[in-house]
Amino acid sequence: MSDAPPLLVVEDLKTHFFTRRGVIKAVDGVSFTLHAGETLALVGESGSGKSVTCLSLVRLVPEPAGRIVGGRVLFEGDDLLDKSPAQMRRVRGKQIAMVLQDPMTSLNPALTIGTQVGEVVRLHQGLRGAPLRDRVVDALGRLRIPIATTWLGRYQHQLSGGMRQRVSSAIALSCAPRLLIADEPTTSLDVTIQAQYLDLLKDVQASAGLAVILVTHDFGIVAANADRVAVMYAGKIVEMGSTLDVFNRPSHPYTRALLRCLPDVELERPELVEIGGQPPDLARLPVGCPFAPRCPERLPTCDEAFPPTVSVGAGHVASCWATAAVHT
Amino acid sequence: MLQAIDVKKYFPATTALAIGRARGWVKALDGVSLEVRHGETLGIVGESGSGKTTLAKMLLLLERPTAGSLLFDGKDVRAFGRHDLVRYRLSIQAVFQDPYSSLDPRMRVESIVAEPLRHDDGMSRAEGRERVAEVLELVGLRRSSAALYPHEFSGGQRQRIAIARALVTYPKFIILDEPVSALDVSIRAQILNLLKRLQERLGLAYVMISHDLAAARYLSTRLAVMYAGKLVETGACDAVYREPLHPYTQALLSAALPLHPSLRRQRLVLAGEVPNPMNPPPGCRFHPRCPCALPHCKSDEPKWQEVKAGRLTACHLY
Repeated sequence: MSDAPPLLVVEDLKTHFFTRRGVIKAVDGVSFTLHAGETLALVGESGSGKSVTCLSLVRLVPEPAGRIVGGRVLFEGDDLLDKSPAQMRRVRGKQIAMVLQDPMTSLNPALTIGTQVGEVVRLHQGLRGAPLRDRVVDALGRLRIPIATTWLGRYQHQLSGGMRQRVSSAIALSCAPRLLIADEPTTSLDVTIQAQYLDLLKDVQASAGLAVILVTHDFGIVAANADRVAVMYAGKIVEMGSTLDVFNRPSHPYTRALLRCLPDVELERPELVEIGGQPPDLARLPVGCPFAPRCPERLPTCDEAFPPTVSVGAGHVASCWATAAVHT
Repeated sequence: MLQAIDVKKYFPATTALAIGRARGWVKALDGVSLEVRHGETLGIVGESGSGKTTLAKMLLLLERPTAGSLLFDGKDVRAFGRHDLVRYRLSIQAVFQDPYSSLDPRMRVESIVAEPLRHDDGMSRAEGRERVAEVLELVGLRRSSAALYPHEFSGGQRQRIAIARALVTYPKFIILDEPVSALDVSIRAQILNLLKRLQERLGLAYVMISHDLAAARYLSTRLAVMYAGKLVETGACDAVYREPLHPYTQALLSAALPLHPSLRRQRLVLAGEVPNPMNPPPGCRFHPRCPCALPHCKSDEPKWQEVKAGRLTACHLY
C-alpha cells in the first residue's frame, strides 16, 4: 500500500468475557492495520470473534461480562481505548460508523426514516431545520434511494429488506466517517439484492476514500469485495494477506479446508471435502493450536503451544506449525 | 411420482380492523406445475416471496391449494381416504432450516426421531426403537445419542437428528427447506455430503428449497426457478446453470458471488425489487426489472412452454 500512515492500527487486542463457565477469550491477541480506502474482510465462523473484534474497536462490548483486557486501538494515531465515554461518543457515528446484520432490529420501528438519519447529523454536526433536511435527503440519495424526499416520513416496516439496509447505511455514512464497520451486512438480503448492495458499497467507498472492515462468513463476499482478508478462528487471526494471495496460496490448514468445503455455482468442486469435528468451545480451548483437533496436517507440536506467526509472502502471514516448518 | 398441476395458493390479506373481510389476495403461488420423480433432486431456487416455501408446505399437505391439484403416484390428494393419507405422510418427510427450532427441547432424541412412526401401525415398540437406532447410525450419530436431549448437540449434529427423523419412516421423498442455511460454513459440507450419500444409498428423492445457488447446484439434478409466485424456468440442473434461458435466471446466476477474486466480473445487477405479491405487475411479472423486456411483456403473460428438449420457460423472448 501507500506510505501514508495507516488509518487504524490494532495491536494485540484482547477482549474476554467473564462468565460462570469461566473466562471466554472471544478475542485473544488480534493485530491488524488498515489504510484509508482499503477493505479488510474479517472471515470466520460463528464464535470466531469477528463481531466482538468490531465491537471492541468502537468500545461497545457488553459490560460488565465483557471487558477489553489488553491491546491498543490506534485510530489516526490516538488510542481509542484511552478515551473517555464522552470522547468515544464523538468518535462513533462521526469518524467510525457501523452497519449491522439485520436492519430489522437496528432501525427503530417507532421513528420515521427521516428522524433516524437526521438524529446522527443533528448530534454530530449540529444542523437544524432546512439544512438538516437537505443533508438527510443527500445522505439517502447517495445510497441510491430513489426520490429520497418521499421516504423521510416513512417507517421501517414500509420498506423492503434491501431498502432498510440502505437506510442503515445512509445513517452510517451521513457524517462522512473515515472507517465503516459492516458486520455481515448482506446476510439477511436476497441474492440479487446482495449483489446490488455490494456494488453500491464499493462505489460509495471509492468516491469517499472510506476504509471498510467487512465482517462475513462467506468467502464469496471476500472474493467479490475485499482487498485484504483476515481469517479468524477461536479469537485469533490465523491467516492474513491480500485477497488474491490468500485465495491463491492459502497458508493455514483452516483456510485451505474452508476453501475446499464450499459449494460453488460453477461446480468446479464436484466433491466437497468436509472439515471434521465441531467449532471449538471457547471456554475450553486446548493449550496449543485451537484448530489442531480438526486439522488434517496436525503435528505433535500443535498440541503443545500456540503456533508462531510466520510470513509466507509480502504482507501475507499465517499462524501454523506446519507452515512454520516449511517457511523457516 | 409427485406432481403439482397448476396449483395456486392465495392468502386473504385482512386489515386489523375488519377481520375476515379480505382487502385483497396475496398470490403466493399462482399457477405452478411441476413434478418430482423418484430418486432425483429437484432444486427450487428463488428469492424471498417467490413462493418456494408455500410450495413446500403444499407438498407436505400443510396448506391446501386454492386451485389446482396435487397427484401422488397418479392419484389426486384430495380424493385420499385415511389410509392413503397416512401412507402419503409416511412417504413424504421434511427437514427444516433451523435445527434449533425444529427439535422440541423437552423431548429426548429417541422420542423426536420416533415421532413420525406413531402412525405406522405395523411397527411394534421394540421395532421402533431398533429403527431409531438404525437411522441414527445412518446419519452418523451414535446409538447412545437416543437418550440425550437436543441441547447436548451442536448445530450440525442437530440437523443430523432432524434428518434421522425424516428417514425413520422409510420415505420416498424428503422436502429439504434450506437445509444448510442456518449452519456454520465448516459444517455445511458435512451435511450436504451426508444428504448426497443417503440419497445414493436409499434411493430417495429430494425437493431442495434454497436461496443458496451453490448449495442447490451441489445436490440438484433438476432445477426450478421461481419468481413472484410463478415458475420462470425448469430444466436439468447443469443445463440451467450453463445456459440459463430466462433473463431472471441469468440475473440470479450472475448475482452469485465469485469463487475466486480473479473471477470478479461485471455482474448483471438487477435494478428494483421483488414485486408486491398482492399486486403483481401485469403481463410478465419480471418485466419492470427485465433488461430485455419487449413492449408486449407489459400486457401479455408469457406462456409456459418447452423451448428446448427438457427446458421449459415462460418468456416472450422464446
